[in-house]
Amino acid sequence: MAAAASLANPTTFSSSLSRSRHHQPFASLATSNVFNATKQRSFKPLISQSIVSSTSPVTRRTSVVAAATANSSSSASSTSFHGLCYVVGDNIDTDQIIPAEYLTLVPSKPEEYKKLGSYALIGLPASYETRFVEPEEFQSKYKIIIAGDNFGCGSSREHAPVALGAAGVTAVVAESYARIFFRNSVATGEVYPLESEARVCEECKTGDVVTIELEQSLLINHTSGKEYKLKPIGDAGPVIEAGGIFAYARKAGMIPA
Amino acid sequence: MATSYVLSSSSSLFLSQNDVGVSLFSSQPSRSIQIMQKKVSRKIESIMAPQRSARNPSMTGSVKTRMTMTEKIFSRASEKSQVNPGDNVWINVDVLMTHDACGPGCIGVFKKEFGDDAKVWDREKIVIIADHYIFTSDERANRNLNFVRDFCIEQGIKYFYDITDRSDFKANPDYKGVCHVALAQEGHCRPGEVMIGTDSHTCTAGAFGQFATGVGNTDAAFGFETGKVLLKVPPTLRFVLDGEMPDYLLAKDLILQIIGEISVSGATYKAMEFVGSTIESLTMEERMTLCNMVVEAGGKNSVIPADATTFKYLEDRTSVPYEPVYSDDQARFVAEYRIDASKLEPVVAKPHSPDNRALARECKDVKTDRVYIGSCTGGKTEDFLAAAKVFLASGEKVKVPTFLVPATQKVWMDLYTLPVPGSGGKTCSQIFEAAGCDTPTSPSCGACLGGPRDVYARLNEPQVCVSTTNRNFPGRMGHTEGQIYLASPYTAAASALTGFVTDPREFLR
Repeated sequence: MAAAASLANPTTFSSSLSRSRHHQPFASLATSNVFNATKQRSFKPLISQSIVSSTSPVTRRTSVVAAATANSSSSASSTSFHGLCYVVGDNIDTDQIIPAEYLTLVPSKPEEYKKLGSYALIGLPASYETRFVEPEEFQSKYKIIIAGDNFGCGSSREHAPVALGAAGVTAVVAESYARIFFRNSVATGEVYPLESEARVCEECKTGDVVTIELEQSLLINHTSGKEYKLKPIGDAGPVIEAGGIFAYARKAGMIPA
Repeated sequence: MATSYVLSSSSSLFLSQNDVGVSLFSSQPSRSIQIMQKKVSRKIESIMAPQRSARNPSMTGSVKTRMTMTEKIFSRASEKSQVNPGDNVWINVDVLMTHDACGPGCIGVFKKEFGDDAKVWDREKIVIIADHYIFTSDERANRNLNFVRDFCIEQGIKYFYDITDRSDFKANPDYKGVCHVALAQEGHCRPGEVMIGTDSHTCTAGAFGQFATGVGNTDAAFGFETGKVLLKVPPTLRFVLDGEMPDYLLAKDLILQIIGEISVSGATYKAMEFVGSTIESLTMEERMTLCNMVVEAGGKNSVIPADATTFKYLEDRTSVPYEPVYSDDQARFVAEYRIDASKLEPVVAKPHSPDNRALARECKDVKTDRVYIGSCTGGKTEDFLAAAKVFLASGEKVKVPTFLVPATQKVWMDLYTLPVPGSGGKTCSQIFEAAGCDTPTSPSCGACLGGPRDVYARLNEPQVCVSTTNRNFPGRMGHTEGQIYLASPYTAAASALTGFVTDPREFLR
């Protein structure tokens, strides 16, 4: 399983990332920005945005950071994501994640990538009283999205997982995914797409503090005190572990190294 | 109109036909296929004989592989004699499509991964189409098209359907319009092939008996370099549609019926195969409408077996040899649905989901503020002919703004040249004008997906719109509180005439 510390200070790893091959979204380097290699250039370190009152996450973060620095290409380090969660319902389509009028922003341009983040989930209807990204902000304070069925349905726009990633989302826990969105999440490395066994969108509330422990396939809601089992990543695992579709193909000999 | 059926865990195979003519057979595939052996007519009257290369015996059926059409296409494209649902395989791409909205992102990844000097794997297998954000003053949209053009020139892309003079689309001979319709019209859709596109409605091409599916920019960039894509073989849901299509029903009603049946995630990761006498009676454009919306049910792809209708359509459009494939008699399907089309009624999908199905006649108290006829789903020539038929039958004027957005240049021209049956030689455009519709606008994707603020017919207010498009999730056509009712062109035209959601039988009987 690819290792990615959820809260490592990106600046610590900028040098190790620059040693790595370009665009290695799921590289086993233990850095939060594994899921978004371009993020670290433009954004504040995640660590300052996701600190919560409890001290144990801090300890965990430190150990992951230490493990990462010591062993930058190990895929055996534990991986966890931590932060506030934002809860949405079923059938959140990609038009709600990033409305079509913003598709003129090209993700490979850093300034436009950043802007995409500011528009993440702006298409949600008014029934969602809490905005995902505050006006004037480029990132969300919610690092993890919890969703119902068929998350990411609709258009194939890759801008959808990209906007979420640009906004600072590290992982999504949904009951199920639409296939193109899932594929795009894996291919880009922008968000880690996980599936829950239970209907977690009805058990968690926006603003709950959660942790995802990948190795144990667990979602822990610190606010409610409950834990939920996650499904194994399945066939996408080898692609993620290799470091994305390009790395996977190179390993498989499909494209020259 | 709720269809209720029970899928028992025992081997019960038959369920009685309910009053809307839909029944579900449980997934005991081999037995169910034997019992329900409906002989799909393969009588072919005249075909262009495709060049036949020596066929591997395992492909001819002499070895009983029990594969569905989709599995066979995967098998051939991955150069494996047998594939099974769930296998992850690298398949060769025959046509890779992108457009002005996703092209820039795709090109960005391609260059980042493979270098600024990277060259595409085959400059004749890529089709790049300007269609999404064309008639807008949005600077980024215009810039993106320039960016895509530079790439096409640099790479020598053979098929780049470009527009340079936005003030007059007719002044651009290369400009086509909506990608999925253009691909078909230009002969890029061929039976047995693999088509990948950076657009969810790429599944439209399944109407030609090929595997066609949507992917993101990264997968497409990978395809640009290698000509391959890594895909999981999908299991197939089979839909058998029999019965004569009533003259007030269109393919849009069929697919809305099906999506309402199985829900927006009913076909996730699956192929949807459409067979039966009703399907055989559909024209290519109607088949395209049907296949277009399988993604709205979560479907990976759709397929319709190629037949005389397909071959006739392709006759003058392509000289590339192709070889159709057909599901084996013993092919394994996850489930099979039987639908009696003659029993169906016009339906709509109410806000805010394509599976929020309702009978059009039960929505007659829903006031609409506008009607939109356009998109890959409902903006083809036959869609406009259908709308014209309703206006002609009525003779009245529309009560609400009615926007007409032809999908392609060719469709636009057809509106101004083709005589509408039963009209005494009038063209669609004349009938639309007499009915008080807006003048048909420049062809593109238009407001189907909202887009930049100045796009023609964009929903900029929280209004109700009856539309022949494909999605009605919140904000789809612009305003988040807009209420979109998805409908067939018949239903859309009827609704325009009354100002309420209206069953077309009000005018077509």
